[in-house]
Amino acid sequence: MNSDSKSNGEPMRKVSSILIGAGLALYAGLSAAERQWNFQEPATKVAELVNELHLTMMAIILVIFVGVFGVMFYSIFAHRKSVGHKAAQFHENTTVEIIWTVVPFIILVVMAWPATRALLASRDTTAADITIKATGYQWKWGYDYLKGEGEGISFLSSLSTPRDQILGKAPIGEDYLLQTDNHLVVPVGKKIRVLTTANDVIHSWYVPALSVKQDAIPGFVRETAFRADREGTFRGQCAELCGKDHGFMPIVVEVVSQDKYTAWVADQKKKLGLDRPVQVATAGAAAAAPAEDLAKKWALAELVARGEKVYEANCVACHQPNGKGTPPMFPALDGSKIVNGPVAGQVDIVTHGKAGTAMRAFTELSSTDLAAVITYTRNAWGNHTAQAVQPSEIAAARK
Amino acid sequence: MSAVLDQHGHGHHDDHAHHPTGLMRWVTTTNHKDIGTMYLWFSFAMFMVGGVMALTIRAELFQPGLQIVAPEFFNAMTTYHGLIMVFGAIMPAFVGFANWQIPMMIGAPDMAFPRMNNWSFWLLPPAATLLILSFFMPGGPAGVGWTMYAPLTVQQGPGMDLTIFAVHILGMSSIMGSINIITTLLNMRAPGMTLMKMPLFCWTWLITAYLLVAVMPVLAGAVTMTLTDRHFGTTFFNAAGGGDPVLYQHVFWFFGHPEVYIIAIPAFGVISQVIPAFSRKPLFGYTSMVYATASIAILSFIVWAHHMYTVGMPTSGQLYFMYATMLIAVPTGVKVFNWLATMWRGSITLETPMLFALGFLFLFTMGGFSGLVLSLTAVDVQLHDTYYVVAHFHYVMVAGALFAAFAGVYFWLPKWTGRMYDETLGKWHFWLSIVFFNLAFFVQHFLGLAGMPRRIPDYAPQFTEFNMISTIGAFGFGVAQLLFLYIVIKTIRSGAKAPELPWEGADTLEWTHLPTPAPYHSFETPPVVK
Repeated sequence: MNSDSKSNGEPMRKVSSILIGAGLALYAGLSAAERQWNFQEPATKVAELVNELHLTMMAIILVIFVGVFGVMFYSIFAHRKSVGHKAAQFHENTTVEIIWTVVPFIILVVMAWPATRALLASRDTTAADITIKATGYQWKWGYDYLKGEGEGISFLSSLSTPRDQILGKAPIGEDYLLQTDNHLVVPVGKKIRVLTTANDVIHSWYVPALSVKQDAIPGFVRETAFRADREGTFRGQCAELCGKDHGFMPIVVEVVSQDKYTAWVADQKKKLGLDRPVQVATAGAAAAAPAEDLAKKWALAELVARGEKVYEANCVACHQPNGKGTPPMFPALDGSKIVNGPVAGQVDIVTHGKAGTAMRAFTELSSTDLAAVITYTRNAWGNHTAQAVQPSEIAAARK
Repeated sequence: MSAVLDQHGHGHHDDHAHHPTGLMRWVTTTNHKDIGTMYLWFSFAMFMVGGVMALTIRAELFQPGLQIVAPEFFNAMTTYHGLIMVFGAIMPAFVGFANWQIPMMIGAPDMAFPRMNNWSFWLLPPAATLLILSFFMPGGPAGVGWTMYAPLTVQQGPGMDLTIFAVHILGMSSIMGSINIITTLLNMRAPGMTLMKMPLFCWTWLITAYLLVAVMPVLAGAVTMTLTDRHFGTTFFNAAGGGDPVLYQHVFWFFGHPEVYIIAIPAFGVISQVIPAFSRKPLFGYTSMVYATASIAILSFIVWAHHMYTVGMPTSGQLYFMYATMLIAVPTGVKVFNWLATMWRGSITLETPMLFALGFLFLFTMGGFSGLVLSLTAVDVQLHDTYYVVAHFHYVMVAGALFAAFAGVYFWLPKWTGRMYDETLGKWHFWLSIVFFNLAFFVQHFLGLAGMPRRIPDYAPQFTEFNMISTIGAFGFGVAQLLFLYIVIKTIRSGAKAPELPWEGADTLEWTHLPTPAPYHSFETPPVVK
């Protein structure tokens, strides 16, 4: 899915009539130059093996296809009553039966060899250079670099395609639906072990060009591995139905040279404050914001500006850009009693979740982000509380 | 076999004198033909409902972006399309065939348990109502996929509970129907009809009924555990309480894989009646067909985890399931080769039932080919949960089961109604169906290979053109099925009178020993089979 996504969406958006739109869109679609008939170009040895295995199987299938349907169409044409063919009455022939049982069996035994080889290669997760944990959330991915160069780096990765494009209010851009705010960056030629798990429901970490697909199961850790043999940006998506925005949680893996990777790691560590001699980073979610200063008093405007971004990345899917939600599953925040009521009530729901609903505890967000987003919701749309919620209040509620 | 027709019950007394008329006739009937008819009409109605849902899915996927439905409703469409087509359309359709055909084919007067037969059918409308009602529950219908994987199911609103109850009721109906079929086949065959003389359609249903009795309780267990996880504090599928989400998948697919054959095997049965009849030649290897069918049924119990290669099972487990899955190709191949050998040097005519049977043979084999590709674990990991799988199972289910059902309807409609369908329109129905079917589903192989996941309401622009082709195919296929409805109604209302033996090569008891149309009560005295 890398780089071959020149949009054919632009012309179709402007046509108002559905029928004409459909016609033009079809024309635009069919005249697109690039057509993907097979697997994406492999970027790992395993993907190459899988590709070869698939082609071998297709060759065998082609031979069987010609044989089986050759017989079928020959008898349809030659053994027809209308051409005067009289029915023979033969049936039951043990020799023939044995032949057509044994021959397919032998073909399968022959196929089992390369199939086993490819499978064993794909399952080898030993001797990894870098271990990364990928956590599925509804509906984004979280990455923690657990071991190897870059250890301690941790970030979330959500869809960065603007909602206006999805809803047809803006033309579809490049890499539509397959772009994220933060990419998973890994060095070329190094074995990357990916541990998958999930926070809520089952997700699946799928990057076609790397030939990796591993379910992320809440409460369990699974593993897979890949070693990219060329640089590039490889795009994938969640492959297991995980609720409303299953189609909107892409994966972008950026494979870079060793030098670039080292530079990226340094840059990330600076951002996360991991380069300082004294650091309080613990594993997982807490590492996401070790640099935050809980004592700082924020101004209302600052919080609202930051909160709007947090809202767009984390809340908008359910509560909608206009804060109206999609009741009764996802209640409205605009005019909500909780959002316009005491601060403590809203802080409690955001930090601890609400049992029995899709509203979960947003443990992966920093106290500053939560303070900002709560402040934003209390001062957006028809809500005018003019209250600024400070990070310290969130931190207190989280204890 | 004797050529004397059983006219008893046809001319001697009035069939309609001793049962209620109007609606109550259908509510209280214990007649296998009435119940078979109700099953078939019910399944067609469900086919239309599920079809509208499929077209909603395809319309949304015509181009990138969200145009028609919201993502959560899209998920509900994929969920209920699957559930309704599998449990509401295909399975009842073949039970309908079983009801009409099994007593007539084995020379029995009716099913073994006529009252239970009535109840088996009348459980279906309440179940379908529950499914539809879930759309009006707070929180909306469940958007979890027909496989209903935990723990996504635990997050849903009350619509999920109604769906679970619907599955329970549908399961009860299937189990009772199966018990009825097994008992009928084992106890009520005409004198002289040994098991190995039964028409192959009866054999396939005997095997299917055993599969149903074995696995429907397993499904009931899976959804009941979901129900108690949702409401009663159990943690079967929740790691925090010592459970495991993957347990659900193991239990579900232990049902789900045999379910695939529950749908396919009766279809094999229909095809095994139609191909010999229109080739005017006996089935090539009757005995090996029986054994192949039984082998497929037994193998279907030991391959379930090939639906779960990406959950992270041990490599040894993946190897075992891969080898076992590849083995299924052997008995399936035996069946296909047998049908070909039956046609070979026959005297073939291409009426609509034969066209649909050949369409079945072609498309089902294609589905078998993609099944071979998917059996290779390393390749499956790439293709799992992509459109390749969607293409694969529609080739097996639509082209397999549905085309066989059409072949069966056209084949037996003259026997059931005493009237002939319109041959020209029937051929139109076939050609429109097969062309649009391939348009809709063949391109989905390419989408899956290129990496488009299934169950997504929106997609990246490079998938656009194949999705457009697929949508056009789906709508064409949908419209073609309205033609089928028209053909059937036209046949019943004003079809030409069918001859006593409309198909030269048909040689089972309902053709050789009963008048056309079959009387309301047939075989009150059993025929003697030599």
